[in-house]
Amino acid sequence: MKILTFFSLFSTFLSANSINVEENAGQFFSSGHTNNWAVLVCTSRFWFNYRHVANTLSVYRSVKRLGIPDSHIVLMLADDMACNHRNPKPATVFSHKNMELNVYGDDVEVDYRGYEVTVENFLRVLTGRLPPSTPRSKRLLSDDRSNILIYLTGHGGNGFLKFQDSEEISNVELADAFEQMWQKRRYNELLFIIDTCQGASMYERFYSPNLMALASSQVGEDSLSHQPDLAIGVHLMDRYTFYLLEFLEDIHPASKANMKDLFKVCPKSQCVSTPGHRTDLFLRDPGSALITDFFGSVRKVEITMETINLTDLIKEAEQKNIHTTANLQFPPLHLSSFLPYLTPYPQKPKQKDWHPPDGFILGLWTLILLVFFKTYGIKHLKHIF
Amino acid sequence: MAAHRCSYSALLLIICSLSMFIVADSQETTLTGDNHATELDNPQTATETAGQMAEQPAVEERRLWEATEVEEATPDDADTDKQDTSTPETAVPSSVPQPKDDFQEELVIRPLHSGDIYASFQFRTLWETDFMRGNKVSHYRLFPKSLGQVISKFSVRELHISFTQGYWRTMQWGQPFLPSPPGAELWVWFQDSVTDVDGTWKELTNVLSGIFCASLNFIDSTNTVQPSASFKPLGIGNVTDHSFLRYATLPREIVCTENLTPWKKLLPCGSKAGLAVLLKSEKLFHSSFHSQAVHIRPVCQDWQCKTTSWELRQTLNVVFDLHTPGQGKREWSLFKMFSRTLTEACPLASSSKIYIDITDNPQGEQFEVSPATPLLSQAMVLGDRRTFSVYDLTQQITFGTVRSLNLLIRWKSSEGDMLRPLLHGERYVAGYGLQTGEIHTLMYNNHPYRSFPVLLLDSVPWYLRLYIHTLTVASKGKDNKPSYIHYQPSKDRVRPHLLEMLVQLPPNSVTEVTVQFERALLKWTEYTPDPNHGFYVGSSVISSLVPSIVAMDTNSTREQPLFSSFFPCKEESSYFVRVYTEPLLVNLPTPDFSMPYNVICLTCTVVAVGYGSLYNLLTRSFQIDEPSPGLAKRIANIIRKMRGVPPL
Repeated sequence: MKILTFFSLFSTFLSANSINVEENAGQFFSSGHTNNWAVLVCTSRFWFNYRHVANTLSVYRSVKRLGIPDSHIVLMLADDMACNHRNPKPATVFSHKNMELNVYGDDVEVDYRGYEVTVENFLRVLTGRLPPSTPRSKRLLSDDRSNILIYLTGHGGNGFLKFQDSEEISNVELADAFEQMWQKRRYNELLFIIDTCQGASMYERFYSPNLMALASSQVGEDSLSHQPDLAIGVHLMDRYTFYLLEFLEDIHPASKANMKDLFKVCPKSQCVSTPGHRTDLFLRDPGSALITDFFGSVRKVEITMETINLTDLIKEAEQKNIHTTANLQFPPLHLSSFLPYLTPYPQKPKQKDWHPPDGFILGLWTLILLVFFKTYGIKHLKHIF
Repeated sequence: MAAHRCSYSALLLIICSLSMFIVADSQETTLTGDNHATELDNPQTATETAGQMAEQPAVEERRLWEATEVEEATPDDADTDKQDTSTPETAVPSSVPQPKDDFQEELVIRPLHSGDIYASFQFRTLWETDFMRGNKVSHYRLFPKSLGQVISKFSVRELHISFTQGYWRTMQWGQPFLPSPPGAELWVWFQDSVTDVDGTWKELTNVLSGIFCASLNFIDSTNTVQPSASFKPLGIGNVTDHSFLRYATLPREIVCTENLTPWKKLLPCGSKAGLAVLLKSEKLFHSSFHSQAVHIRPVCQDWQCKTTSWELRQTLNVVFDLHTPGQGKREWSLFKMFSRTLTEACPLASSSKIYIDITDNPQGEQFEVSPATPLLSQAMVLGDRRTFSVYDLTQQITFGTVRSLNLLIRWKSSEGDMLRPLLHGERYVAGYGLQTGEIHTLMYNNHPYRSFPVLLLDSVPWYLRLYIHTLTVASKGKDNKPSYIHYQPSKDRVRPHLLEMLVQLPPNSVTEVTVQFERALLKWTEYTPDPNHGFYVGSSVISSLVPSIVAMDTNSTREQPLFSSFFPCKEESSYFVRVYTEPLLVNLPTPDFSMPYNVICLTCTVVAVGYGSLYNLLTRSFQIDEPSPGLAKRIANIIRKMRGVPPL
């Protein structure tokens, strides 16, 4: 793959500007990953949780459209909505009203489904501790050059996410799984997105490097659903993922949209909840990380006739990498310094409800008293006090 | 037979038209001269050994087709040249010996008496190879590599897997061409070189679950059995040691697009050409019954069994409920059913045909099929002689001038009754409460005067503890003693019950098998996430040789339609039938899963209030604390002290 792109860079393209070409070639190596993986999980069972399956499938559709092949996607769906007997149109899952967008498609590959979607299986997929006869389609075969997208949706609470209405994964377990992945060199960068109630609580405990996390709601907030459909009888999607899908539909493999755009995907006016994100563990500037670094795996290839000295560019890029990542690229493995319990991530102060200004209340009371005295007069005061 | 000859000559037709392009005009005259000679020979050779003959020219032809792909784009010229029949090349078999592959596709449509439409697809890939020794095969042409590797890695002799949604209603729809139980079913015969059968079986199920995107990895020792008589190998080879056989069903398995997609990818043409373009999941799953299966077995190429080959049969059966009573017009078409019409056969297929069952409609008084076809075919199918209209997709003429085939059936009347299936089965759970129950299995013999034996196979999970001493078999109110019983008791959390019986069914009777059971209490973590839905028990399997009214065809190598040639026929007077009963849904005693939380809350309260106060009483020391006096009092006391008066 890499050799091919070298060739393509060396070969013919007449009208290219040499400075621009060098810059582009430098950018080509700046992200530092060579392959992309995605783990997309819906943890909810039963028909009324249709929207969670639609959430996951819409992300699946986007990453597949942007070039991650089925072999690099681990899709977990806890229930079968497409062929559910309550589905008026079998073999379809819609994300938009009036059956506009079928996110199920004609060549979907669900790797874990039904009862297979358990906390144990999810953690095993992440950490790679699967039985030896597990087929490749059910494995996350990533390495230290992989960018991984992890998307979770379901019902959750402060610090946990329910799986199948019978068990739950806690934020500490999740953080430890990511640390194990980091120590086993299973990822280069990891993007974690969760669409659940109090989603921000799930990434509070993360402590491994190169992680970026997004959530649909803050602690103490509910994530809300969107688009009730009368024909299907349930809500089609959750608000956060709906706007995420709208955003991703405009992305194409050569888009320059970056993570900062992703943070603004669903403003509070649309989401009702406050989407949160966490970038302190991420070593690059979120503004320089492209959406396609995580959501797609097709690299933009242009053909040029210019001669470019690639060694300089690579060195430059590497040095940049070293500068930024030297401290944390291979952190010392003293567990005590990484214990999440000692240094919990500072929670955002809980938002207070709106309160009328004090002067207003004082004035109101004065008004009440005035009316009172006006009606009863001062002489009745002794009856009251 | 006429149909086959026609298809054969149709193949030659296309070859001819293609080769016409290559050869010069001067040669053309000589070629046609040759053709007439071969055509004269044709009828004699083709009558008896059409099957064997068709193989070689087909391969030859495909190679030619691939080589002259450019010409393929000009079918107009092919049509004009149609009058010349065949080329000499096809008559001469290939001199270079190489493994021969063959692919056939077929669609059978049968209007059912209930008003539904039954469509059955069959795709057969033959792969000539010495399967006993040739494990080191690395060249794949038509046979899918993913399955070929599975066969050789796990030393599989036969593999049958089916995914079904819905239940086949035998009494309304008659017998299906290929029966399958609801959910997933897998049975595998391993070769006798396998030493650790259970380990191989476990690995195989895991691999298949990856290939078919199914939860086959839930197959473990608790739902696997080794039937002793019910599942004999369907291919060649007389294996009787049933320790190499494994059988498992998953009645809860969901079937959806994700299972259909990998199944379609196994076809040589994928879903790009041929009959497979009709397989659109939105339509296929909008049906009363859907079943897809893969059968791999070794078969003989000729009647002497000199050459053997792997046969991969992919079947898909679907029943559409298109008839809404009271809507007046009853009409059906390919487009209405699949939202597609056919435009071509799969270029890799040696035969590509559509059969429409018109047995009940010999004079066209019940329904009308358009476009009409002159080709008729008769086949013995499930003890009945059926007549079919045949559409050969390898012939351009089938598609007519519009270049697309949209079959249409228009009903004129809806009368007529169905031949009652001779054998059928039912099953249900009786009893009340959550402690005990009783499984009733009913087997119907509808034959007016013949009795025949059936094999009943029951595999019951361990959490229903069968009381085998309560087993009764009764027909016509009398005790019917089975001539053979094979019973393997279950072990908790290790293996299921296996009950196999050979029962003679008297003519025109119902035989009832009952057995009582007790429901076990599972451990907390053994319950499914939705335990109140209940637990499934797989279908019972009734296998039998049913006496046939018409003589069955025992020559298995003779060319016959795919749908009638799956179960090998050993005798003329009977035919093999397998019937699956309904799966059972049994409620097990389910605990209140919030109970642990209640217990924890209650315990914590008791500990905090009861033990906590006692602990306080025992460990704390109590002192009387003088309240500090107020400021006025203190000042007063100071003054009083100065005055020498005792303080307040």
